Amino acid sequence: MTDSIRAMSQEFARDPDSLVFLRLGEALRVKGELEAASSVALAGLERYPDLPEGRDLYARVLVDMGHLTEARQVWEGVVEMEPRHVGAHKGLGFLFYSEGNIDAALDHLEIAISADPTDESAIQALRLVRAAAADAEDDASEVADEPAGVFAGFEGTESMLLVDGQGRPLGGGIRIGSEDRSEHVAAYLTGVAQEAERAARILELGHWQWIMAEGGDANLHLTQPTPGTRLLVMRDRSIPTGRLAFQAARANAAAREWLDGQPQA
Amino acid sequence: MTSAFQGALDAVTRVRGVRGAMVVSRDDGLVVADTLMEGVRGNAVAALTASLFQRVAATGATAGAGEARFVQMQADDGILLALAASDEVLVVAITDANVNVGLVRLELLRAGEAVR
Repeated sequence: MTDSIRAMSQEFARDPDSLVFLRLGEALRVKGELEAASSVALAGLERYPDLPEGRDLYARVLVDMGHLTEARQVWEGVVEMEPRHVGAHKGLGFLFYSEGNIDAALDHLEIAISADPTDESAIQALRLVRAAAADAEDDASEVADEPAGVFAGFEGTESMLLVDGQGRPLGGGIRIGSEDRSEHVAAYLTGVAQEAERAARILELGHWQWIMAEGGDANLHLTQPTPGTRLLVMRDRSIPTGRLAFQAARANAAAREWLDGQPQA
Repeated sequence: MTSAFQGALDAVTRVRGVRGAMVVSRDDGLVVADTLMEGVRGNAVAALTASLFQRVAATGATAGAGEARFVQMQADDGILLALAASDEVLVVAITDANVNVGLVRLELLRAGEAVR
């Protein structure tokens, strides 16, 4: 038993109402002491039956024990209580991926990332599942080819990104050197749009139209071509912000036209 | 120090169409100093603008745009503007939709200098 587990065990024994059971249970799970982890999680849940984090912990332990059906039920209960619980959606994404249900896995992982765009494990998992989806479908190239047409004729398409309401890239891309950052940026854009909507609503400013940001190396312009979609245009700082706004307006019109021409899902 | 903030903010709010200006803590969105027209909910403006700034800054950093310096959100009935005066504080303004943004930005830059 490590010192930290011993210390947490002592704290939990001394104060059974303590939330230390969450860290203790996770530490035991990671260490592979699954029976002990399960006991700790259940003891904590006796005190806090509606604590989503407690249920999330228990579901992770169940997965490690191979009880996938029970884990799924627990996570589904968490989502009922807290529809955007990151851990539960990551867990459900993992379970559906394990079952080969790629679409359902994607749905849950995308919700997880939209709830917390900084969650690296969710981003990695989403990348893995998307790669699996691409491998599974020979015609997946259609999805990749189509968006390239969104900004046909524009310069700097490597710095223009169109995303849907769930943070999925639709066209264009953001690259730093040879690294494609599109998925990361797409996930962040969802959070920016939600925050803008919240600010505009609470401050009674009507609908937000666009956001412009000046960075140390480049300037950004974010618009909504259609309800639920977002378009980011990024340009070097040498491009004046007024000109950036003009380019963004043109790209916005092109994106809207392209979106209008797409079959409805 | 607060009076120095106040003087800088007063200059921002003298621009026609500016409803309020404030110095806001970047980490928690709390108001450090403000000059507001009646009816402007300073605490809400501060918290929401700081949160928006953080999200935009994270997006920019991820996209390779570097450290965020200035953010402007245009809405139907108003504009939010935020300038990173330092690692700790933003200078924020809320304005009418048809304000002279260039002028407000200039005053925010001046205020940012005073706040540093």
